[in-house]
Amino acid sequence: MTLQAKVMWAGIAVLGAISFAIVALTRGEPVNAAWLVVASVCIYVIAYRFYGLFVAHKALSVDATRQTPAYRRNDGLDYVPTNRYVLFGHHFAAIAGAGPLVGPVLAAQMGYLPGTLWILAGVVFAGAVQDMTVLFLSTRRDGRSLGDMVRTEMGPIAGSIAGFGVLLICVIILAVLALVVVKALTGSPWGTFTVFCTIPIALIMGVYSRFIRPGRIAEMSVIGAVLLVLALVFGRTVSENPTLAPYFDLSGTTLALIIIGYGFVASVLPVWLLLAPRDYLSTFLKIGTIMLLAIGIIIVHPDLQMPAVTRFIDGSGPVWAGGLFPFLFITIACGSVSGWHSLIASGTTPKMIENERQIPFIGYGAMLMESFVAIMAMIGATVLHPGIYFAMNSSAGLIGTTAEQAAQVISSWGFVVTPDILTQIAHDVGETSILSRSGGAPTLAVGMASILSSFLGGRALMGLWYHFIILFEALFILTTVDAGTRVLRFMIQDFVGAVVPAFKETKSWTNNVIGSGLACVLWGYILYQGVIDPYGGIWTLWPLFGAANQMLAAIALTLCTVVLFKMKRERYAWVTMAPAAWLVVTTVTAGLEKVFSPDPAVGFVSHAWRFSQALSAGQVLAPAKTMETMSRVIFNDYVDATLSALFVGVVLATLIYAVIDVRKALGNSKSTAVEVGGAAIAGGNVG
Amino acid sequence: MCEMVVKTARLMVGVPDYETYVTHRQVNHPNQPIMTYTEFFRERQEARYAVAKGRFRGCC
Repeated sequence: MTLQAKVMWAGIAVLGAISFAIVALTRGEPVNAAWLVVASVCIYVIAYRFYGLFVAHKALSVDATRQTPAYRRNDGLDYVPTNRYVLFGHHFAAIAGAGPLVGPVLAAQMGYLPGTLWILAGVVFAGAVQDMTVLFLSTRRDGRSLGDMVRTEMGPIAGSIAGFGVLLICVIILAVLALVVVKALTGSPWGTFTVFCTIPIALIMGVYSRFIRPGRIAEMSVIGAVLLVLALVFGRTVSENPTLAPYFDLSGTTLALIIIGYGFVASVLPVWLLLAPRDYLSTFLKIGTIMLLAIGIIIVHPDLQMPAVTRFIDGSGPVWAGGLFPFLFITIACGSVSGWHSLIASGTTPKMIENERQIPFIGYGAMLMESFVAIMAMIGATVLHPGIYFAMNSSAGLIGTTAEQAAQVISSWGFVVTPDILTQIAHDVGETSILSRSGGAPTLAVGMASILSSFLGGRALMGLWYHFIILFEALFILTTVDAGTRVLRFMIQDFVGAVVPAFKETKSWTNNVIGSGLACVLWGYILYQGVIDPYGGIWTLWPLFGAANQMLAAIALTLCTVVLFKMKRERYAWVTMAPAAWLVVTTVTAGLEKVFSPDPAVGFVSHAWRFSQALSAGQVLAPAKTMETMSRVIFNDYVDATLSALFVGVVLATLIYAVIDVRKALGNSKSTAVEVGGAAIAGGNVG
Repeated sequence: MCEMVVKTARLMVGVPDYETYVTHRQVNHPNQPIMTYTEFFRERQEARYAVAKGRFRGCC
């Protein structure tokens, strides 16, 4: 390293340390969001240069002379050597989604500091390492999927267990993300109208790009974007029109049924008609909005209103139940480490990498960027008045249904707020009420609307910004619902097809209808249960989603560890073993607490018992209002307890297989990893 | 620069570079049929959403 470089890195380290000290040590007065941004960026840059590259070059030993699948199997379609910046964009667009936006918002109930620390530490040592290592393994195996790699490296049984884990996470992810949309649109005619409009807009775009001007992506996207803005603006008129508004003023249960029906219909339609155009629109909108948020935060650099740490680190929080350990690490999910990414890092990206040396830039780098999105979400949630934050994220069972009740309860928690503040903010964003809009999206939308409107449009445009952010989240969540239902259908066909071979035929329309129906019933059941849950759904379901996602990350990192041992690189196996161990500990602890904790707020079983006892004594416990709700709460408790236990089982089973494989690998003096291709020269021209 | 942005945007929605595809076919598979841009676009669109093992995309 030259002297100049040394000075530069020392400067970045000092700047990061100062920013971090300001963020961490400021007490009693609001800290500016700019310090959080500077501290995070410094950490990312240093982590990439000194840890990411270390893992890539020392632990994985990426080989610049080795031919990548993009050259070995070049077909001009799936396998194409692709410029690394272009591929970075592709990979980032594929991993970015709703997760990093929602998790940090929910974690903000403990204050901005605990969540921020885990977002940063988690991405550097776990999330980015996982994404990069899986990308590396898949690149050395012709772009094979995670499930395939588990099967070949750890055996067919471990492979089936991992496959079952993926099935579980798919069901839960769809239910929870759909729930986020339901929570955001309930009783909001403006939002509902705008989101409904995306369906005809997508159909118009689909027909345009299929028949009128085939393949003109830019043209159709511009048409879609213009129509979308019109729908957004016109939404306000609809919401203020006494005849039209009631048609779009829907209850949670109605919205849930509509989304389930939509998921079913959309997943059996041809992709070019609805899924693809909606996907194009949501992808571009996603990237554009993320850039807009970054610019907004940098220009406005607001103060964070939330305290660094709140009293809810003891586990008594109203947004989700459970203490800092392990539940903070479960809640943040995708912003620091996401098992879902291991599916994407072993999907299309490894088939396009030009050279193994680019793996850290794409795998580690894109995940750092994802983590930055999570930091922005954390900022969006914590620039709000804490009273507004808790009013939006606590269930009606806790804070009541009027602004007066809510203000009184929240003030009694120590976050002094007046009913006027709560009604004023609802009025500003063009809604009748903001109470109990849990799920993260509305909170983020209010936070971002207040940031964006302060430099673009002022208070007059706040409602428009709010509904724009809601639209942006709903759009890509609905795309996920559509695409995810198809994936789930395929997995169900695969599992059921093992018993009934005829069901495996994915070209059959009957099979697809039955498969889609089953898929929608699975996630739709959990969604519906979440919507009618007297606790507000997110309170119960988000920890399950977080645990599922961490479970998958634990499986992926365990696979990475096993392969490092099999490659005889055990000296460096700690780079994946340490985060894998941490994820196993948090997932298993969280899963066991969710099942067995004697605290009814945390443990599903003890909660069910409490309600069963009350039920047999003829009592009705709040927040349930009828005996029927009581029985439903009990049944759902057992369903959720079973799911939690399954996560623990999947993680532990994978761990046992890993230990066996590692022992075997240690006993072997040669590398036993199953790789494809060897020491050929990269860049060779193979057809 | 502008060309890169366009390529990135297209790959983000699963459509790789058409020119690269044509060149690849001409060099490696001479005298064999090459899809027109419309065919290429449709083929890629189907492939992006064709559900099979190892095809997952964004969620979180």
